[in-house]
Amino acid sequence: MSLAAGPPGFLSPAGVEIAFLLVGIATLAAALVTVTTKQLVHAALWLVVTLGGLAIEYLLLTAEFIAWVQVLIYVGSVVVLLLFGLMLTKAPIGRSPDADSGNRWAALTVAIAAAATLVWVVVDAFRSTWIDLSGAVQGSTKVTGASLFRNWVLPFEALSVLLLAALVGAIVLARPPVTRHRPSKDALRATPPRHGARS
Amino acid sequence: MHIAAGYFHTYAVVGLVAAVGVLFVTMAFGVGRLLRPVAPTHEKLLTYECGVDPVGEGWAHTQIRYYIYSFLYVIFAVDVIYLFPWATVFATPGFGGATLVEMAIFLGVLAVGLLHAARRGLLRWV
Repeated sequence: MSLAAGPPGFLSPAGVEIAFLLVGIATLAAALVTVTTKQLVHAALWLVVTLGGLAIEYLLLTAEFIAWVQVLIYVGSVVVLLLFGLMLTKAPIGRSPDADSGNRWAALTVAIAAAATLVWVVVDAFRSTWIDLSGAVQGSTKVTGASLFRNWVLPFEALSVLLLAALVGAIVLARPPVTRHRPSKDALRATPPRHGARS
Repeated sequence: MHIAAGYFHTYAVVGLVAAVGVLFVTMAFGVGRLLRPVAPTHEKLLTYECGVDPVGEGWAHTQIRYYIYSFLYVIFAVDVIYLFPWATVFATPGFGGATLVEMAIFLGVLAVGLLHAARRGLLRWV
């Protein structure tokens, strides 16, 4: 980061743009290392660098709330989930020579198509909108809260249903349905309670 | 002066402290690496296992239930993150009671999920 110290503020608008560009290059490089490294755990840690770089980009665009969501949700919990997944599937420590999947060209095609779609949507939606970096901070938590609870209440409530569906789905996948047993009732029955599904 | 200048000033201080932190750790480890003697032998490089030579590869015993806990953590981290914008606007005029009800519905739907997890015995520590 360029930290030219001056009395009124550290970063001029031009300084913000330069910092944005430099962090963007570092983030892109970290993203490339994430998908090309042969060591699975290193890939997860490079993902932390990539997502952290994105958080800095959000901060530089004065999207303060989204930046900290990025840190708390993606760096803080999604990467932890990935590391747990690696741990539970006994991912090899060290190099995996077979880390290159045969599907990588299909994966690359899908990735490019998804990226093109996202870029097209964002460019089309915000074609003539400019972020005024020298004006008021436009992405603070208060601004986000006001717009969320004034204009976007229904998507917000729908999100809770989405999260509930994800939670129930994960429970169903992780544990097959079990008959709940209460000792007082099950003690009277001949069949013993099923413990087989308990991991 | 710009309104955002104070914003960038604040985060520049955060960035500066982070940079100093990275520099501190790098300096400490770098100086340690330069000053210490390095004389490795095969025995020194072995994993220490109560004084006995280690046998085989390292292994770990993990249970799938830990994945459920980390997944629950992701869900409720997303849940809690929405409390922050809610808390900043809750007391301002024009929001108030309706916003409280909206947040109660949001939390209520997710509480159903937590209840489901509890009834399936996922929260019981065995």
